[in-house]
Amino acid sequence: MLLIRCPWCGLREQAEFSCGGEAHIVRPLKPDELTDEQWADYLFMRDNTKGWQTEQWVHSGGCRRWFNAQRDTVTYKFGISYKHTDPKPEDGD
Amino acid sequence: MNQKNRLPTGGQIDRSQPVSFQFNGRTYGGYTGDTVASALLANDVKLVARSLKYHRPRGIMGSGAEEPSALLQVNRGARSIPNLRATQTEIYDGLKVSSVNCWPSVSLDALSLMNWLSPFLQAGFYYKTFMYPRKGWMFYEKVIRRAAGFGKVSSEPDPDRYDKINAWCDVLVVGGGPTGLAAALGAARAGARVMLADEGQQFGGGFLRTESEDNLQWVSDVLRELEEFSEVRLFKRTTVAGYYDGNFLVLNERLTDHLGNATTRNAREKIWRVRAKQVVLSTGAIERPLVFASNDLPGVMLSSAVSDYINRYAVKPGQNAVIFTNNDTAYRSALHMLDNGVGVGALVDARTEISDPLFDKLAHRGVKMMKGSVVVRAQGKKSVSAVEVMRLSADGKSLEGTPEKFDCDLLAVSGGWSPAVHLHAQSGAKPVFDDEKACFVPGPAFQNEISVGAASGNFSAEKAVSDGYQAGISAAHSAGCQVVDLPVIQEVSDAYTSEYAIRPLWQVPGSGSSDRLKRFVDFQNDTTVKDIKIAVQEGYQSIEHLKRYTLLGFGTDQGKLGNINGMAILSEELGQDLIQTGTTTFRPFYTPVTFGAIAGREIGPTFFDPVRKTAMHDWHVEHGAEFENVGQWKRPWYYPKSGETMDQAVNRECLAVRKQVGVIDASTLGKIEIYGPDAAEFLNYVYTNSWSNLPVGSCRYGLMLGEDGMIMDDGVTAKLGDNHFYMTTTTGGAAAVLSWMERWRQTEWPSMRVYFTSVTDQWAVISIAGPKAREILTKVAPTLDASNDQFPFMTFRDSVVASVEARIFRVSFSGELSYEINVPSDCGKDVWEKVFEAGMEFGITPYGTETMHVLRAEKGFIIVGQDTDGSMTPVDMGMSWIVSKNKDCLGKRSLSRSDCIREDRKQFVGLLTEDPNKVLPEGAQLVELPTDARPTPMIGHVTSSYFSASLGRSIALAVVKGGKSRMGARIHSILMTGESVPVSICNPIFYDREGERQNV
Ligand SMILES: [Zn+2]
Repeated sequence: MLLIRCPWCGLREQAEFSCGGEAHIVRPLKPDELTDEQWADYLFMRDNTKGWQTEQWVHSGGCRRWFNAQRDTVTYKFGISYKHTDPKPEDGD
Repeated sequence: MNQKNRLPTGGQIDRSQPVSFQFNGRTYGGYTGDTVASALLANDVKLVARSLKYHRPRGIMGSGAEEPSALLQVNRGARSIPNLRATQTEIYDGLKVSSVNCWPSVSLDALSLMNWLSPFLQAGFYYKTFMYPRKGWMFYEKVIRRAAGFGKVSSEPDPDRYDKINAWCDVLVVGGGPTGLAAALGAARAGARVMLADEGQQFGGGFLRTESEDNLQWVSDVLRELEEFSEVRLFKRTTVAGYYDGNFLVLNERLTDHLGNATTRNAREKIWRVRAKQVVLSTGAIERPLVFASNDLPGVMLSSAVSDYINRYAVKPGQNAVIFTNNDTAYRSALHMLDNGVGVGALVDARTEISDPLFDKLAHRGVKMMKGSVVVRAQGKKSVSAVEVMRLSADGKSLEGTPEKFDCDLLAVSGGWSPAVHLHAQSGAKPVFDDEKACFVPGPAFQNEISVGAASGNFSAEKAVSDGYQAGISAAHSAGCQVVDLPVIQEVSDAYTSEYAIRPLWQVPGSGSSDRLKRFVDFQNDTTVKDIKIAVQEGYQSIEHLKRYTLLGFGTDQGKLGNINGMAILSEELGQDLIQTGTTTFRPFYTPVTFGAIAGREIGPTFFDPVRKTAMHDWHVEHGAEFENVGQWKRPWYYPKSGETMDQAVNRECLAVRKQVGVIDASTLGKIEIYGPDAAEFLNYVYTNSWSNLPVGSCRYGLMLGEDGMIMDDGVTAKLGDNHFYMTTTTGGAAAVLSWMERWRQTEWPSMRVYFTSVTDQWAVISIAGPKAREILTKVAPTLDASNDQFPFMTFRDSVVASVEARIFRVSFSGELSYEINVPSDCGKDVWEKVFEAGMEFGITPYGTETMHVLRAEKGFIIVGQDTDGSMTPVDMGMSWIVSKNKDCLGKRSLSRSDCIREDRKQFVGLLTEDPNKVLPEGAQLVELPTDARPTPMIGHVTSSYFSASLGRSIALAVVKGGKSRMGARIHSILMTGESVPVSICNPIFYDREGERQNV
């Protein structure tokens, strides 16, 4: 079982977390001005990266806060975890 | 208690503690320290099992976890465990064990007929033969399963307790042989917190099977020093069963099984969930059998096991032995046999060049040394009585000369050693093939682990100790321990040390006369060389496919003995290198773990899946409610009076609500308090309708969509104050709605000042509904003006109900005049009882979820998750009115996607059967016309269906393609029986279409 670093609580067991999928997908400010394709791109399309990917995680069994974390989708290794207010780091930092 | 094969002296058994136990109903003697296997061998019991498929006689082949055949049903009744290895099951006074796979008895096996039928039973036989006719499979499967055996699981409740414990250490050492002991000592001396686990009853591993007193002294010296460290924990009878991500390992400690029937208050087994900073894998190696004709006969035994039985258990596994090997290690076993009165007629070695220092010594002692030779066949009926030996050609592909026959009752075999790389592989690393040693050895580490000693392919005891010690020290240092300049470890010496030299021999070539005999690769699954050949002929090439076709590597031993030989034979058949074939995946657990240990204390309704009860639960029980599970909640379903059927009770409850008054426990509704200056703005995003202008004191129904536009949840939300809302959700959706809102607030709109708190458990909800509801409310809340003017529909009031501060919401899910009285949970039952008492004069009737469903269906109110299924939009459900045109909300943009505006989407409608007494089954499919054409186009399905007592007929809700524009159309519902029921499409509101009753 992996250890995941919550930016607020530190390293905790994987069982306390839930994954929310790819991070840094911003909800469009004016959805009604988008074409179907643009909206579908926001809604459905994900990079499905092989390797380092940034994901949203929530410490659901702990402080209930969401944060972003880097994870290697091949090895499952976690990189750094950071708050939403922090800038997106380089791969595998 | 005649133990005719017991040696007069020696061994690790306690001769002062004789033990008697039963095997297959007969009583045998042994000593504390014996396993069932060693005690049976001491009593000259050779035939202990029948094989899985052919029911061939099988004996004891190994001395540890690798044993494929000697599986036991241990004990009777509730404490019985199936499939324990006789080689690892300790005996105690009164132990009862039996063979798992034979009927009626191990020596007279009715199913050994299978052996004669075997030409029809080869690889893929089940798949090919029993597939047709399809219905027959059910029958075949039953027969096959009974014949295929393995032990029986007790169906009685387990009387024992099992514990789980979390722990951490700097260095976890797996395997307590010389390497592991040295590693633990190195780590301990370096200052580490150490855990050392061994699956056996005794530390010492390979040293226990040597003849050397010095080695045993070394073990006890190291143990004594280890016990002095306060941060060292030694685990006997503890299997490191799984190695997972994050250096997380699962240990299974067996605490009481070896103590016998002595009553104990301790847990029977314990699961240790360990986080280790560093792991040292000193798991040793497993000796391989050799593949030749009838190599499964009782009396064929691994040479290491022979040494184990002689030196560790003081048991002679036979009187006259032949040894068949392709490497040096069996030479040591030959010496052990000769020194303890077991005759060795011949040592058959596939190699032609042998540098082992024991070669001459053995020859001098009269052993016939046969270089470049192989055993081609074992003979014997129920155990081995002779072997045939021939010369092996230089390329190993054929035999030469004429067979020479040797009588023997024991054939010790050694096909080389396979490091136990199981945990290494489980950790995520990939073992690599070492051509010189002809085995898979650990590859580069993936996690913080290192394999040492035999587990790394280093089969020398001397080196194992010094390597283990160094590995322990460096693991401690990697874990952050600081102590350096450590003393050297006490060395062990080996008088006959030799390099490990092996001539790979994966199968002995056929000899003509023995070709029709079986050559077993996987003993537990009866997989033969021929099975592998057939699989290859039929096109199987991947080892994972071969495994599933031939069963190679399945079962309780997971191919510990047979896998490498099987992979090699497959490689030979395919003409490729073993490394190309690769291994199957090594999965946890290393050996089977009981369900009791896995479950621990997480059992029953209390600890496995907790039951949630409302504050009024006891009242419902007292009043005879039948309950329905809604998530973890127990909700009253209906309250039958004596002699009433469910239909009768529900009809009575429905009429009571419509005509007088009913009361339902609505406490399970999700309840979320929402605070903050941006609360209304936030609600505008999560609900489709507008919340900006809702006055304080009012309620509003809201619908939540996923971002894909599909209905996710619904409920009524009240505005308690300027910055304060009280949201209700569906019973099942409460947790999901809370985390949904948290997610958007935190990740997308972090600047919004709004906060959420779940208060589902804090409030009990008593909902009264019916024409007399106001009279009751007035009685229990005398200070409240409940008139329609002062307390209109869709408002809420703070008031005192039965002396308790309450929040009362005038909302309705039944269409009747209705109040939902929220009181603190602690007071729920008391207030409920007072409300009920006050309602007696008006004929108050408690009703359950079934009546609630009927009443709301009569009104056409949806239940999210029943009438919707994650593919329904508000438009589909006829609820466009609730989607505000003047603002954005989650999911709104999706409603105008091309797919969501199709005219032929399934739309929410009512259905009336032509026969008013016919109640359609929920989930029934709808078609235009019953037709024989296949496939019949499905145009929708029934989502809710009831008999409405108020209307005196059945009603149904459904989703039908383009249904909204087809009012009055006649379609058909197809039932599971094939019957087709004509129905007409109608408005989904069946009762009080104008909604006047809730407004009175
Ligand atoms: Zn946290």
